[in-house]
Amino acid sequence: MEKWENNKAWFLVLPVFLIVAFSAIIPLMTVVNYSVQDIFGPGNAVFVGTEWFEEVLRDTRLHDALGRQFLFSGLVLLIEIPLGILVALAMPKRGWGVSASLITLALPLLIPWNVIGTIWIIFTRPDIGLFGVAVNGLDLLSVPFDHTARPIYAWITLMAMEVWHWTPLVALLCYAGLRAIPEAYYQAAKIDGASALAVFRYIQLPKMRGVLTIAVLLRFMDSFLIYAEPFALTGGGPGNTTTFLSIYLVKIAVGQFDLGPAAAFSLIYFLIVLLLSFIFYQVLLNVGKGEKR
Amino acid sequence: MARIDMQEVAHSYRPKTQTLHEYALKRIHMTWEDGGAYALLGPSGCGKTTLLNIISGLLKPSQGKVLYDGGDVTGLPPEQRNIAQVFQFPVLYDTMSVFDNLAFPLRNRGVTADRIRQRVREVAEMLDLDSVLNKKAAGLSADAKQKISLGRGLVRSDVAAILFDEPLTVIDPHLKWQLRRKLKEIHERFHLTMIYVTHDQVEAMTFADTIVVMYEGEVVQVGTPEELYEMPKHKFVGYFIGSPGMNFLPCTLEGLFARVNGTMIPLDERTANLARRASGKLELGIRPMHLELHAQAVADAFPVGILTVEDQGASRIVTLALNGQMVRARVPEEHLVPQQKAWLRFPPEKTRLFADGRLVE
Amino acid sequence: MKNRKRYIALAVYFVLLMLPIYWMLTMSLRTNADILSSFSYYPKNLTFTNYIKIFTDRAWYSGYINSLIYVTMNTVISLSFALPAAYAFSRFKFLGDGQMFFWLLTNRMAPAAVFLLPYFQLYSTVGLIDTHIAVALAHCLFNVPLAVWILEGFMSGIPREIDETAFIDGYSFPRFFITLFIPLIRAGVGVTAFFCFMFSWVELLFARTLTVTNAKPIVATMTRTISATGLDWGLMAAAGTLTIVPGALVIWFVRNHMAKGFALGRV
Repeated sequence: MEKWENNKAWFLVLPVFLIVAFSAIIPLMTVVNYSVQDIFGPGNAVFVGTEWFEEVLRDTRLHDALGRQFLFSGLVLLIEIPLGILVALAMPKRGWGVSASLITLALPLLIPWNVIGTIWIIFTRPDIGLFGVAVNGLDLLSVPFDHTARPIYAWITLMAMEVWHWTPLVALLCYAGLRAIPEAYYQAAKIDGASALAVFRYIQLPKMRGVLTIAVLLRFMDSFLIYAEPFALTGGGPGNTTTFLSIYLVKIAVGQFDLGPAAAFSLIYFLIVLLLSFIFYQVLLNVGKGEKR
Repeated sequence: MARIDMQEVAHSYRPKTQTLHEYALKRIHMTWEDGGAYALLGPSGCGKTTLLNIISGLLKPSQGKVLYDGGDVTGLPPEQRNIAQVFQFPVLYDTMSVFDNLAFPLRNRGVTADRIRQRVREVAEMLDLDSVLNKKAAGLSADAKQKISLGRGLVRSDVAAILFDEPLTVIDPHLKWQLRRKLKEIHERFHLTMIYVTHDQVEAMTFADTIVVMYEGEVVQVGTPEELYEMPKHKFVGYFIGSPGMNFLPCTLEGLFARVNGTMIPLDERTANLARRASGKLELGIRPMHLELHAQAVADAFPVGILTVEDQGASRIVTLALNGQMVRARVPEEHLVPQQKAWLRFPPEKTRLFADGRLVE
Repeated sequence: MKNRKRYIALAVYFVLLMLPIYWMLTMSLRTNADILSSFSYYPKNLTFTNYIKIFTDRAWYSGYINSLIYVTMNTVISLSFALPAAYAFSRFKFLGDGQMFFWLLTNRMAPAAVFLLPYFQLYSTVGLIDTHIAVALAHCLFNVPLAVWILEGFMSGIPREIDETAFIDGYSFPRFFITLFIPLIRAGVGVTAFFCFMFSWVELLFARTLTVTNAKPIVATMTRTISATGLDWGLMAAAGTLTIVPGALVIWFVRNHMAKGFALGRV
C-alpha cells in the first residue's frame, strides 16, 4: 500500500514515544552513568572510565555463563521452532476444534513465569512429582532422577519446562501464518500433483516466513534474557551449571551490590542481544528479498 | 483429452441436507464432449465454481458420478485425474523462478528433464513469458502472474480437460482480449477440451462454441450463442443474455392470442398449441430487438406511449408503456423514433411463451 | 486416515501440555501432609483448605486484586496509546518512522534484570513506588511496542479507501477513528488486548521491584511465601492454580476474536 507522506503523523506517535521513553531512556542513562563510576554510597562516586567494562570482559564466570546462554538459546530455537510448526500444521482449520486448540495452547502462556517454575518443581520432584516418579519408576537411570542432583538432569528439566512453556507461542504464530494462505494455493497444488512435502516446502514454509521471523526473534530474545523460570526451578544450580546471564547479573547487582560492574555487564549484554537480533532480522529479511528478486 | 460425463451429480456443502433449496448444485446430468470449447455462464453464487471443482476433483459430489471417457473418477483426487485448472486469482510458488513454476506440474509427474524444458519453452512462447523465465515469480506484475497460472494449466499436453475459473478477472482490459484470443487459438490448434467459467456473456460468447448457462444450482440451457439468443429455454437465459434482456409480460392464453392486460397479442400456431398443454404461470417473452416500432397504425400493432429513449450509438433503447406494462425495444439507428406515441407490433414467429419460467415445448 | 493420525498426535501433545497443570491442580486439592506421605495420581481426600486459606488471608487475596488492577490499567493504557501510533505507522510515511519502529522494538531486548535498580530510583524520585500505576507504566515498556506492532499489521489490512471515503463524508479524524475504524479491527484489538494482558500478568521482576505492600502482586507474594513457609506444597499449588484463572477467563472471552484474528493471519 502506498502511504501518505505527512510529518504530522508524529503527533499520533508522540504519546507512545513519551510513555516508552519515560520507562526506557532515563533508566538506560542511569545504567550508563553507573557503568563508568565506582559508587561507594549516595553522592560518593568516582569516575573510573572503562575499568568496569575491562573487568567484566575478563570475568571467566561471565564467559561461562555466556557460553551456557548460547547453548540454551540455540537448543530452544532448534527444538521449539520445528515443533511449533508441526503443532500448527496438525491443528484443525475449522469447527469447535479451533477454539479448543487455541485455548489449550494459550494456557501455558498465561501463567506467571515464577509459577511456571513452581509447577515444574512440583511436577519433577522425585518424591511427589508425576514426572520425577514416573522417570524413576522406569528404573533406567544409574543415578535416580532429581534435577538438583546432576547438571544434566537440571538441564533436561529446564529444557522440558522451556519447551513446554513456549512452544505454544511458536505454534500460535505459525497457525496464524498458515491460516492466511488462501485455499486456492492448496487447490492449485492438488491440481499440479504436488506431494504433501512439496506443499510444505513451496507453499506453507514461504508463506510463513513473516511469522517465523517474529517467532525466531521473540524466542531468541526471551530465551536469551530468561530469568524467572530457572531462578525458581534450579536457582542457577547445581553449582553454576544453570547460571545464565540474567541470573549471574542479578547475583552481581543485588547479591554483591557491585553496581558498576553490573551496569557495565548489562550494557554489554544489551548490545549482544541487540546485535544478534539485528543479525537475525537482517538474515531473515534478506532471505525474503532474495526470493522476491 | 477425454469426454466428461456427469451423471445425476448433486452437491451440498452441508453434511445433512434435507431440502432441495440447500443444494449448491441440483441434479446436473450432462456431457462435455472431447475437444469442445465450453463456457460456463451464470451470475455469482449460481454454482459454477462448485461444478468446476467437482469436475476437477477438488470436491467430491454428495451424489452422482463423474466419468472420464467412461471410467468412473468420482472418488479420485485431482492429482490422479489428470486435469488442469486455472483459478481466478494468480497462484504462484513464490520461491521458484518462472521456469520452475511452469515445470512444477510436470516435475511432480516424473516427466524427463528434456521433455520439461521443451514443454516449458513452448508454453512460455505462447504466453510471451520467455523473457522472464529465469526471474523469481514473486516480483512480477499481476498480469504476468496470471499468465504463469495459465501456463501451469497449459503445460501438460495430455490432460483430460483444462478448466478456467474466471481466469481473466485480474487482467487489464486490453490484455484480456488478447489472452482470450490466445486461449481460443490454443484450443483450435490442439483441440483441448476447455471449460471456461465466467459471468460475462461477451467473454462467454467470444470464447466458446457451446455455452452452458447455470442458474441457482441448475444447468438451465446448453447451446450455441445463437440458440441461447433466439430460443432461450429459461426466463433467466432471456434476462441474462442480450442487452437489455428479454421482455417478460404475464399473460393468459385465449385461442391463438396471448392476453396481456387486455391487449390481445397474436401467436404462431405451434407456440399456442404447446402453451395449451403447459401448466403453471404463463408469461410472454420477446427480445427488444425483435419488437417492431411503427409511427402509424399497422395491422396487429398496439398503441404505446414512449417513456424514455436511450441512445447507444448503433441503436436506441426505447422504453414503452403498453397498457400499463413496461416494454423495451431496440431500434436501429437509421429508424426514426416517433415522439410520445407509437404503434408496437409483436412478430408472432419471435414471440415466445414461458410457463413457470420455462419455455413451453 | 491421515487426518486421524494427525489429530491423535495433536491430542497427545495437548495432554502432555496439560499434564503439569493437572498435577498442580491435584496438589492444590490435597493437604501438605497428604502430599508428602503418599503418592497418588488424583486427590483421594479432596480438601479445599488451601483455597480457603488464600481467600480468607488478606496477604494472599490482596495480591490477586493488585495484580488484576495493574494488568487492567496496563492493557487499557497500552491499547489507547498504541492505537493512534499504529494508525500513523500503517498509513503515513514520516520523518524517522523506520528508526522509531526499530527503537520501539529494541525495548523488548533490554535485560530487565539490569534496569531494576534504575527503575526503583526513577519511580522513587517521582513518588510512584508501591502504586499500581507504577507497575502499569513499567510494563508499557514492552507492551506498547508489541501492541503497536500487532495493531499495525491489522490496520494495514484495511484498505485506505475507507479512510478517504469517511473524510470526504465529513467525519473528523477522532470521530472516524473511534466510530468507524476501531470497530473494523475489533478482532485485532481483541488479540492485542490478549497479548498485553498476558505479558503484563506473567511478568515478575518489575512488578516485584516497584511494589512494597500496597500494590504487591500475587507473583511476589508467592515467591516470598515460598521462602518463608518453606515447603507447603498444597498452598503453593493452590496459589499457582489461582494465577491461571484470570488468564483462562480472558482467553475464554476473547476466543472468538482470537480465532478470527488468527484467521486473518495478522499476528
